[in-house]
Amino acid sequence: MRNAFIDELVALARINPKIALVVGDLGYSVVEPFANEFPERFINAGVAEQNMMGLAAGMASEGYLVFVYSIANFPTFRCAEQIRNDVAYHGLPVTVVAVGGGLAYGNLGYSHHAVQDYGLMRLFPGMLIAAPGDPMEVRACLRYLVSHPQPSYLRLGKTGEKHFHASVPDVSPGKWLQIESSVGVKQVILTTGAALQWARQVLAVPLSSSALYSMPLWSMAVRAEQVTQMQAWQKVTTFEDHLLDGGFGSWLLESLVRESQQMSKVDIRALNPSVCGLVGKQETLNAVGWK
Amino acid sequence: MTSQQLANAIRRSALHMVHKANASHIGSCLSITDIVAVLYADFLRIEHKEPNKPERDRFILSKGHAGVAIYAALAHRGFFDVDQLEDYGKDGSQLMAHISHKIRGVEFSTGSLGHGLPFGVGKAKSLQMQKSPSRVVVLLSDGELDEGSNWEAMMFAAHHKLSNLMAIVDYNKLQSLTSIEKTLGLEPLREKFEAFGWNCIEVQGHDHSAILEALQRPTASGQPKMILAHTTKGKGVSYMENQVAWHYRSPNAELLAQALSELEA
Repeated sequence: MRNAFIDELVALARINPKIALVVGDLGYSVVEPFANEFPERFINAGVAEQNMMGLAAGMASEGYLVFVYSIANFPTFRCAEQIRNDVAYHGLPVTVVAVGGGLAYGNLGYSHHAVQDYGLMRLFPGMLIAAPGDPMEVRACLRYLVSHPQPSYLRLGKTGEKHFHASVPDVSPGKWLQIESSVGVKQVILTTGAALQWARQVLAVPLSSSALYSMPLWSMAVRAEQVTQMQAWQKVTTFEDHLLDGGFGSWLLESLVRESQQMSKVDIRALNPSVCGLVGKQETLNAVGWK
Repeated sequence: MTSQQLANAIRRSALHMVHKANASHIGSCLSITDIVAVLYADFLRIEHKEPNKPERDRFILSKGHAGVAIYAALAHRGFFDVDQLEDYGKDGSQLMAHISHKIRGVEFSTGSLGHGLPFGVGKAKSLQMQKSPSRVVVLLSDGELDEGSNWEAMMFAAHHKLSNLMAIVDYNKLQSLTSIEKTLGLEPLREKFEAFGWNCIEVQGHDHSAILEALQRPTASGQPKMILAHTTKGKGVSYMENQVAWHYRSPNAELLAQALSELEA
């Protein structure tokens, strides 16, 4: 995903001279294509996330579309108030980019695990969450964000994710994106972010009994659309590599709070907090978290 | 309008506003009034008829709690009607107690300290990238320097040679509960700024010609400028000067009358 991200960002930056990339002294062997081609629009802010996010907001206020790239908690929790006050409140086109969503940096420990990030980003009015499920959805989300500049959070996995789309899909906020379905199925798995990669395997539901959808773009602003999309299904299982608290499934339930009939169809599979503090390969930790 | 006339107008309006709204932070407003008056009367290249003109200078108040002084300055400089200041403190007013970008002429909302300088650094970096002649001025409080984000921003500004950026510290030596010295000492402050790669000029922060000279003085090539302005909190109203209590209190009718009479004297 991170390679698709930089490849697509470079392609977009060739067309749009206002795209800038700010990094927090991270991105070795990832960000170089952008840094080499657009050195004047590439800024390494150093290990100083508060200033990094504040300056990104300042740049956005001067017309730049600023992508701020770092790992997991660093561009999110470390500078949460700058995102809240400087970026979101002023409605500035800064995209906070976290690589290593979920437990992608399994061995690096709790400091590098992003399992509460949706919870944080969900809280800011006007903030769009972009959580692509595969490299094609990364490209789709980036194209959407560049053509619809706004405060946003792009959550990437890490690397080696498999493709679920043959081409770049059409995405729009709040819309469920079909991955696979078969005639007559009444159940659906709805994922966000890289959890798409493991959904079938972990939930052990065959295509004959359940469709698979991804929701790469969601926010406070698109709750109403969820009610109508729910109506087509008898059961909806949300699946995410994030804690239940403040996560994607919780967001869906909150979107349905006045629709008890729709709420009763929802089952949530999120990470169990017992995974917090453990180290190991991503697959190992995911297995613990989704047990 | 001269900077002295503007300063007097700001002080009078600010006192009226906080009295009427029973609001805090008048001491902070009076502390920066002379700096703000020099900026808005004689230094900033801004036009009230076109507040978003790309060639304008950018001013950011990082100590957002003193926003009343900026609202008053903008009104007296024609950005909006002076009568609109009467809305301050009313339910639903856009003139919130911490400075708001929803007001014509205000670049950035603050209120949580340590946000103005990083934001200003982002603006200065962008303007440098665009080879713009516009300058960025950020006004900070002294207590605000406790926030680490300022020092992050200072390192960035010096490294990136943001000579289009200047910051002014309102050094009144008081913070929220007691003196700076008894809270988190800042000295040697000038040396700290210089060690961070900034050109630092110390001025008496109520001397208009000294403030203007410091703003206009060229710095060494590629250096951002820090003006360390020695000020008196509550300046101009005898019973407010150097009193922490006037960070919070609002003058009643009698005290307001006394304050206004002192300003006329």
